[in-house]
Amino acid sequence: MTALTLAGAGADPRRRLKVLASQEALLAIAVIGLAIAVGLYNPRFLAVRNLSDVLLGNAYIAVAAVGMSMVIVSGNIDISVGALIGVLATISGTLAVNGAPIVVAWLAALVAGVAVMALQGVIIAYLRIPAIVVTLGMLSILKGGLISVTGGKWITDLPDSFHLADIEFFGMLPFPVFLMILVTILAALWMRYSASGRAIYAVGGNAEAARLCGISQPRTVVMVFALHGLFAGAAALLYATQLRVIQSTVPPNLELTIITASVVGGVSILGGVGTVVGSTLAAVLIAEIASALVFIDVSPYWIRAVQGVLILVTVIADILRRRRMAGA
Amino acid sequence: MTTDPHSKTPTTSLLSVRAVEKAFPGVRALSGVSFDVAEGEVHALLGENGAGKSTLIKIISGVFPPDRGEVLVDGKLVDLARPDDARRAGIATIYQELLLFPELTVAENIFMGHAPRAGLGRIDWRAMHEKTNALLASLEIHDLQADRVVGSLSVGNRQRVEILRALSQDARILIMDEPTAALTEYDVTRLFDIVRKLRARGVAVIYISHRLDEIFAIADRVTVLRDGAHVATRRVAETDAAGLVQLMVGRRLESLFPKVTVPIGKPVLEVKDLERRPLTRSVSLTVRAGEIVGLAGLVGSGRSELAQTIFGVTPAEGGEIRIDGQKVDIRSPAQARSLGVAYVPEDRGTQGLVRPMTVRENFSLAALGKVAFGGFIDRGAERRLAGDGVKRFAVKTSSLEQIAGKLSGGNQQKIVLGKWLANGPKLLILDEPTRGIDVGAKAEIHRLMGELAAQGLAILMISSELPEVLGMSDRVLVMREGRIVAEFSREEATQESVGAAMMGSHQNAEQAA
Repeated sequence: MTALTLAGAGADPRRRLKVLASQEALLAIAVIGLAIAVGLYNPRFLAVRNLSDVLLGNAYIAVAAVGMSMVIVSGNIDISVGALIGVLATISGTLAVNGAPIVVAWLAALVAGVAVMALQGVIIAYLRIPAIVVTLGMLSILKGGLISVTGGKWITDLPDSFHLADIEFFGMLPFPVFLMILVTILAALWMRYSASGRAIYAVGGNAEAARLCGISQPRTVVMVFALHGLFAGAAALLYATQLRVIQSTVPPNLELTIITASVVGGVSILGGVGTVVGSTLAAVLIAEIASALVFIDVSPYWIRAVQGVLILVTVIADILRRRRMAGA
Repeated sequence: MTTDPHSKTPTTSLLSVRAVEKAFPGVRALSGVSFDVAEGEVHALLGENGAGKSTLIKIISGVFPPDRGEVLVDGKLVDLARPDDARRAGIATIYQELLLFPELTVAENIFMGHAPRAGLGRIDWRAMHEKTNALLASLEIHDLQADRVVGSLSVGNRQRVEILRALSQDARILIMDEPTAALTEYDVTRLFDIVRKLRARGVAVIYISHRLDEIFAIADRVTVLRDGAHVATRRVAETDAAGLVQLMVGRRLESLFPKVTVPIGKPVLEVKDLERRPLTRSVSLTVRAGEIVGLAGLVGSGRSELAQTIFGVTPAEGGEIRIDGQKVDIRSPAQARSLGVAYVPEDRGTQGLVRPMTVRENFSLAALGKVAFGGFIDRGAERRLAGDGVKRFAVKTSSLEQIAGKLSGGNQQKIVLGKWLANGPKLLILDEPTRGIDVGAKAEIHRLMGELAAQGLAILMISSELPEVLGMSDRVLVMREGRIVAEFSREEATQESVGAAMMGSHQNAEQAA
């Protein structure tokens, strides 16, 4: 039942409204609206110190969510990334403590991240094994391996120069926040304007059509996972350097928080739709909510439940939108 | 076109729909449509995509209620709020996508939800098999066994299972939505036999199809819808194809198959002894510049497999392919594309279109190399490319940024076709180019094919619609069991000669080979 007219492709006044109704715009409004609302209740929430801590402590989630968004857009999923961040942080910290040049310690996390994820990409793409199974296996290997190798010991006495997160630009822009913004912008431009970025959407939207158009699905998937590994490495560095110690664990369900950021950011769990700008905004929103709970005297344990509500609402909205599309 | 001969209903109406209206957000799907079907009548429902046919049958089958208007069965008002209400009123619908359980047997599928019971709620398997056999016998179906697993059946047989399922529920009104869309000519003939038997039994059949020849073959009356409104109801015997098409599109089409004769040039594609078991066996063929070669055959005869082997989806195991006289070894679609081969797949939903992407993005997908520089896409060039495509193919879309999945089937097909032509191919392989799209869009695609051939493109067209094959082709090749078994010139090719070669009637095949 289509009611289509042959209209000139030009300025459409409804286009502007559509932009405002996009997931990214809604999230930006939510981030600002929430800050104002909580600020009215408790002005201390708006203290520069607090807002910067919120961003500082969660930038690594946003960086990892950029890679996760690419993976989900390509029609895959990765649940090993939380465990991988823990492993990469430990590798990097161990090298730094044992006197390796700091740059080597940093690069090691990036290289190992790319290697592990590219390997998973190869298994998923060329052996055609579902991503959920492959990454579930990897999750266990990494988690079990890490705890066995480190025996649960923390890494302390890290050299001062190791702490990337201490770097500030212009005395006010901490490195993690800078990296989050930079990664998001670069990835967004690449997804939107490059032929490889377009290939990710095509493979996730309709792998068969992409293949017939000469786009290699396996190659695209491996590329996406390798990039995801690079971002996981960067996230691990931010995570490793924000405290003076590296614990041999990561926050529980870190991978789920990262996936939540992607999905709430508007990345369709069915593949083919979504942007990294959305996922970064969603990561910020989730962190902001966690902090806000404290300021309005609600137990921070509620954050998990709030995340759950966010994820359900977004997925339901996405599915309803698709259904309306299919019924049109 | 004067007044409707509405009143000449043969007997009393079994089902009648009165002044039904239905609106969806932003769309008026039906505005005051009346329609009726009598006992023992086949009433065809005709209209372009978006004319309101689907909405009307969904109302009759209880998928959703009308906003206004009423539905009567046996002259009594019925409330069809749910599909179950329709079933109880004796209405059964056979949708285009057959709704069967592939892992279960024929008998289990037929009696799903209403299996005969023995004591303690157990299923009475023996009664179920007996009833299934009785149903099979009543329609004289002899090549189907009650204990066959449905997943192993041909499309034609699966459809028969659906029909039996409807009969097992004592359906008196049977709605068939595009029942022949995926059938071979042979299965269509058998379907018609069954429909005639049902009619003789007094079943009222509502028959939806895009194919006019079928309507003339099987229907008693035809109702034409356009833009959600009732245009006309005619006795089939009192109308003709041109008249119906005009009612449907509201304008006169020059001809259904506007074949233009163009000079034929050098061979573009030469295939020799191509092998890819099991369905491509020692195939040799040639397609020349400006030539449209039709590839006919039953479903499963290996036509799509041959196309996919030429296109590198399933690379050849033996034999040779030449493009413009050069021997080539095509191992992937990407390579085929760079050699100037384009392939428009059979199933545009799963193989052709990226539904969540915009019209612009779909148009440029096969030609990203043309609009991307240094790995980055030039938006301006991309918009020009897509804009040209939209104009050239008359795609009805509100803008280039429209999500492609929201367009109608015909418009989607135009995008899939246009996407490939953006690349400037020399050889175009079309697999069922007009399946499931309305007559208006069909005619436009046929016109475009003629234009492309005139520009020197070599076209290999696979089609299960004989009139399309006969109407559009300069030469017709017939495949059976993975081999090319016959070749006809445009003059030699007739419904009978090509049909016989498809079925394997020997004298015809050999005479032509």
